[in-house]
Amino acid sequence: MPAAAAEPAIAVDRLVKRYKTVSAVDGISFAIDTGSCTALLGGNGAGKTTTISTIMGLVEPTSGRVAVLGAEMPRQRHRVLHRINFESPYVNMPMRLTVRQNLNVFGMLYGCADVRGRIRTLADDLDLNDFLDRPTGKLSAGQKTRVALAKSLINEPEILLLDEPTASLDPDTADWVRGRLEDYRRVRGATILLASHNMSEVERLCDRVIMLKSGRVEDDDAPAHLINRYGRSNLEEVFLDIARGRGEAREMAQ
Amino acid sequence: MTTSVPSGSPVYVAFSPRRVLAIVLRHWYLLRSSWPRVFDLMYWPAVQMLMWGFLQTYISQSSGSLTRAAGTFIAAVMLWDILFRGQLGFSISFLEEMYARNLGNLMMTPLRPFEFVSALMIMSVIRLTIGVVPVSLLAIAFFGFNLWGLGFALAVFFVNLFLTGWAVAIFVSGLLLRNGLGAESMAWGIMFLMLPLTCVYYPVAVLPAWLQVFAWMLPPTYVFEGMRALLVDHVFRTDLMIQALALNAVLLAIGVTGFLLLLRSARREGTLLQGGD
Repeated sequence: MPAAAAEPAIAVDRLVKRYKTVSAVDGISFAIDTGSCTALLGGNGAGKTTTISTIMGLVEPTSGRVAVLGAEMPRQRHRVLHRINFESPYVNMPMRLTVRQNLNVFGMLYGCADVRGRIRTLADDLDLNDFLDRPTGKLSAGQKTRVALAKSLINEPEILLLDEPTASLDPDTADWVRGRLEDYRRVRGATILLASHNMSEVERLCDRVIMLKSGRVEDDDAPAHLINRYGRSNLEEVFLDIARGRGEAREMAQ
Repeated sequence: MTTSVPSGSPVYVAFSPRRVLAIVLRHWYLLRSSWPRVFDLMYWPAVQMLMWGFLQTYISQSSGSLTRAAGTFIAAVMLWDILFRGQLGFSISFLEEMYARNLGNLMMTPLRPFEFVSALMIMSVIRLTIGVVPVSLLAIAFFGFNLWGLGFALAVFFVNLFLTGWAVAIFVSGLLLRNGLGAESMAWGIMFLMLPLTCVYYPVAVLPAWLQVFAWMLPPTYVFEGMRALLVDHVFRTDLMIQALALNAVLLAIGVTGFLLLLRSARREGTLLQGGD
């Protein structure tokens, strides 16, 4: 059942994560509305992956609070893990298993009532039928991405966490994946949180951008508002302004 | 075309046999798809059994006093394999998830640690069965030694050795979660620490007195002493088996506690998604 409208799908409150002496996330706060699509942007080491990992319950905060669908993470993660899913370049599907076997295993793990039916639906929607019985390791990068997307949708998640969902894909396949994500969000009313370095992807998919720098929220607004406020023509230029420091970037632009 | 969404959203279940079955299936699919993995399960147990079997035959022929110990070497090596493969079967299944970079996927599913551990226990039994059953038949063919002839005693030995193997494997899995594949050598080698101490091939009395104290802290020592009592003196030592069970309960509690503490530490250090060295 979707979360109540008043309750944010994801609430991050003064989150701090330190690894020994290194501060990965330094007191960030934000709330993500149900049904929205939000991007976490920032350069390498800005704290995106740590933030997403904390939201997923894989990393314990040093201090602060993360709540997903009302459950404290990571303490109450088992209350909500069947309602969320993710895709990340840091993980793979078992390569020797066929696509069907992998989806069957994850369907069972997520407690899907009709795994076979769900696999059939996903195979039709994501064009997996031609390679459903081939080992996952023998697929092309684009096919593997479609399989990873199928895995991330197997439990019809209310929240979808995506880390670089179109990295290493050709423009055509990347565009196809974005189309599927838009479809899913519209049909399911799902909340999507996305970390990406592809600014056109973010402009197309997201209605909100949270800019991170050195573990802190540097800016937070709709893509169009950010572009407008920074006096730029696209989000990539805004990203450069923030990553390099506004003055420095403008000097370079001039 | 749209990404359609059928009805019937999944629900949360505190302990799900279906999730246990899912992990067992995942490893069964893997075994089924890879004959070298299946061959490896039988290869080393067969080599070990043949080597010790021939050694026992030679010693029996050249030393009359040892002929009464007929079968002890072969039984010892096969029971050692149950202990070693019990731990390794669990640990290899865990390592397969790390090699496949699939641990992050699993950690994000509703799979509970106890379900994961239960599935890996089942897999270790399946892997051991694939390895030991053909080897036990070879022992009958080559040396006339019937492991299954131990009957009820074998079942008790089996349970005690598996419990020790699992306790060690659960703790090693925690080390792998916390330290990544840098701790892989522990999975392969930790059980060999028990080989001299648990007196697999010789009586505990052979050890120096001070080392015997440590030997009696390990449950498999009681099993191997019990095995010799059964084969040499034809006595089933219930007392030894009960002591082994009690020690195994302690060892399992230490293993599970260690695993949970290391899992928590892995969450603090952010190593669950990495899994590298």
